[in-house]
Amino acid sequence: MTAAVELRDVAKEFPGGARAVDGVSLSVEAGTVFGVVGHSGAGKSTLLRLVNGLEEPTSGSVLLDGQDISALGERRLRPLRREIGMIFQQFNLFRSRTVLGNVLYPLRLAGMGRAAARARAEETLEFVGLAGHGGRYPEQLSGGQRQRVGIARALATRPKVLLCDEATSALDPQTTGEVLALLGRVNRELGVTILLITHEMEVVRTLCDRVAVMEDGKVVESGEVYEVFARPRHATTAAFVRSERHSEPDAPLMERLRSRHPGRLVTLPVTDGSPALEGLSELLQLHGVDFALVHGGVGEVRGRPLGSVTLELRGRPAAVEAVVAGLRVPGLAEAGAR
Amino acid sequence: MKADWSTFWPKVLDATGETVYMVLITLALSTVGGLAVGLTLYATRKGGVLPSRFVHAVLGTLINIIRPVPFIIAIVALAPVTRGVVGTMIGTNAAIFPMTVVATFGVARIVESNLLAVEPGVIEAARSMGAGPLRILLTVLVPEALGPLVLGLTFMLVALIDFSAVAGTVGGGGVGNLAMTYGYLRFDTSVMVVTVLVLIALVQSAQLLGNLVSRKVLRR
Ligand SMILES: Nc1ncnc2c1ncn2[C@@H]1O[C@H](COP(=O)(O)OP(=O)(O)OP(=O)(O)O)[C@@H](O)[C@H]1O
Ligand SMILES: [Mg+2]
Repeated sequence: MTAAVELRDVAKEFPGGARAVDGVSLSVEAGTVFGVVGHSGAGKSTLLRLVNGLEEPTSGSVLLDGQDISALGERRLRPLRREIGMIFQQFNLFRSRTVLGNVLYPLRLAGMGRAAARARAEETLEFVGLAGHGGRYPEQLSGGQRQRVGIARALATRPKVLLCDEATSALDPQTTGEVLALLGRVNRELGVTILLITHEMEVVRTLCDRVAVMEDGKVVESGEVYEVFARPRHATTAAFVRSERHSEPDAPLMERLRSRHPGRLVTLPVTDGSPALEGLSELLQLHGVDFALVHGGVGEVRGRPLGSVTLELRGRPAAVEAVVAGLRVPGLAEAGAR
Repeated sequence: MKADWSTFWPKVLDATGETVYMVLITLALSTVGGLAVGLTLYATRKGGVLPSRFVHAVLGTLINIIRPVPFIIAIVALAPVTRGVVGTMIGTNAAIFPMTVVATFGVARIVESNLLAVEPGVIEAARSMGAGPLRILLTVLVPEALGPLVLGLTFMLVALIDFSAVAGTVGGGGVGNLAMTYGYLRFDTSVMVVTVLVLIALVQSAQLLGNLVSRKVLRR
């Protein structure tokens, strides 16, 4: 099966020497949601703009449905862009047009007749939950509503792929949730392949199937979202997923915990590969050790548990040692007492 | 000799009509010309939608030559060309020619700077939908910049009333001519006062109209 979007060793160098994208290869399967995370300036936007040919790669190739678009040239790219929707952090709506006018624009551009375009635009507005708002102007809408218009405008021509450039970064948490839920529907109900870039792990956690982490123009790590969250290999990835792993305590917090809790402190990562808490209770009973939960929590990433808990073990020193040693058995191997 | 007001009022009315005619025709012509030049200037700039260093430099230089020239000098300097184009160097139509030339380049700069102020993101959005350069210019940039463009054109309209009065003093007709021949040459203060009031009224209505239209376009 050919990927909906594939990048092969793509590089983009800007005049002046900045290498914004540096040898990136990735593949987005049709019907999936692929996220790219990275700090500001990592080259995420440039990467996204390479996919619909807004930027031409310096080297490497960009394939859409197996077709190489990297050497097509502006004129032949234009019809292809109608099959790829794009939404933006700042929404980029036409302020001079009504909501309906915004959604009509790409349809009329594609040569659709007036009546058919209107029907399609209204249908799309209904899908994004803005039926009846067609006559309003963008400045009369809230941020979340504006992004819905952006999504409707991007989807009007029934593209197979949707590119999202920090689509929720300008929104508050509640509105972010609503827009993410809508994007989820776009993927599931319409079968649209989504390639999104973000610096918010929340977006990746709730929406993406796979994720790639970018730094200095390179992809430093990529994989299935749960695997990357549960077992990050690169330092940048670890920093990104840290907050989503329900706060393994850092050094200062550990100091404070120690000052409050005289017993032995152990931090157990909770992933679906480590049934830590079940094995634990037997181990504690066996050695007659008591415990208190002092920090941490367990959340869910793509329907699977992920988090960490920090426990204070109380009991005779030898018994506590035995428990800690017991925690190092396979399955709890990485549980490492601290 | 003082003006005979019974015969003078019709003259004021005629002159006002001439001024309005000169200004409106010039505004129409220079808006069309200025839009064309301004759009070209915008499109051909580096990183623009149809970059051309040569065209951009030629137009830019032309504007920079014409714009600093005081209008009274421009009338005189353009006089031979005016005679060639219009057939005469005096009268209302003869005044329209140099006014249009100067205003066209003024409008061109107004158009260019207002187009530059349009958010690049909107252009990017249109590109991502597959719109070509010409379509983006006409269906995105001009509508998006329309509010400030109308205000810019209002500014030009007010300047044109000023220009028309200047043109009037050197044989161009209109209120300026009236002020010159009756008010200034015959030392008639009352005529002077009337012409000044007429000019103020014209400028005020132009500004009012411009504000009204731009508010309608900007919806605020
Ligand atoms: N048109 C351009 N000309 C020159 N340099 C550019 C251009 N566009 C981007 N860059 C540079 O390329 C690098 C990557 O930029 P890019 O916008 O892709 O980063 P980003 O990851 O999207 O960052 P952010 O999160 O801030 O949006 C930056 O150093 C930027 O300065
Ligand atoms: Mg960016």
